[in-house]
Amino acid sequence: MNIFSLFQRQPSTAPAARERLQVLLAHERAEIGQSDLVAVLREEILAVIAKHVSVDRDKVKVKMDKGDAVSTLAVDIEFPAATRLAH
Amino acid sequence: MSTVVVVTSGKGGVGKTTSTAALGAAIAQTGESVCVVDFDVGLRNLDLVMGAERRVVYDLINVVQGDAKLAQALIRDKRLDTLALLPASQTRDKDNLTPEGVERVMGDLRSKFDWIICDSPAGIERGATLAMRHADVAIVVTNPEVSSVRDSDRMIGLLDAKTARAERGERIDKHLLLTRYDPQRAERGDMLKVDDVLEILSIPLLGIIPESVDVLRASNLGTPVTMNDGRSAPAQAYRDAARRLHGEALPIVIPEERRGLFGKLFSRRAA
Repeated sequence: MNIFSLFQRQPSTAPAARERLQVLLAHERAEIGQSDLVAVLREEILAVIAKHVSVDRDKVKVKMDKGDAVSTLAVDIEFPAATRLAH
Repeated sequence: MSTVVVVTSGKGGVGKTTSTAALGAAIAQTGESVCVVDFDVGLRNLDLVMGAERRVVYDLINVVQGDAKLAQALIRDKRLDTLALLPASQTRDKDNLTPEGVERVMGDLRSKFDWIICDSPAGIERGATLAMRHADVAIVVTNPEVSSVRDSDRMIGLLDAKTARAERGERIDKHLLLTRYDPQRAERGDMLKVDDVLEILSIPLLGIIPESVDVLRASNLGTPVTMNDGRSAPAQAYRDAARRLHGEALPIVIPEERRGLFGKLFSRRAA
């Protein structure tokens, strides 16, 4: 630090804070909203399946992949080999 | 018709307890009855800020569990007879707060007071979710600082999802209370400005409380800042916020500390 730096104004940092927050929160809002949606879908899908066959809760996987143009929802349900589908 | 308010933030140390005490006292000064409720079980502090720490006999947990009547646990303020405190327990665990018990106590409080102001603990655990559970109105306390703004954003999401009102499909009113604001730092670009925080969180502004030594001085004495020196900048800002909470449309002003001549001369260096 030299004597001149005492008189120099430090660059402002608030705009950086603002930008970082905007980017971060846009991301987090989408992610949290999505995890809620996935949890709700998972429960409702489980309830529908449970009406007809008994499945292990842990064997139902619901996954959302978010892309720029389209998002995909993957539902992966594993039945025991002996399960006979009713109807 | 009483109103239940939750004072929440996610992040700790931003001024929830100070704001609860200050707003509670400011509303009680208008003649309406107010009960401030400490939900920070295990780390209670509202009693200390209110100057009632030596008068606690029974607490919220005792009432929730049915070991004491609500009237036994309520502490009437010695300076304002329209103001009461329901303290948290210092020794018990927050798991003793049951949803059913809290619902019953909130119902009882509604029948006794015009305003019930719940001081939420930091975090998003049981104490915080139960403090917001029965609220009609939420005050999100935020410092102009990145971690506080982020946590406030998270709390706004929770308010819209986890409160009884949200679950019934009703709206919960959310207000931003910006605390520890330093207009000079914001002007220099070293602190997020009011408009920055408002744009990011997009909820209406209830008030701006300036960073001020008066807040610390009031808590040293155990007096809500609105009762201590009514003319101080934070007291005025809290009083205005209380009036807005009441539905008055007051213009928002960015508060300035009162300074003497020396303060004005040296403010640029001191800040």
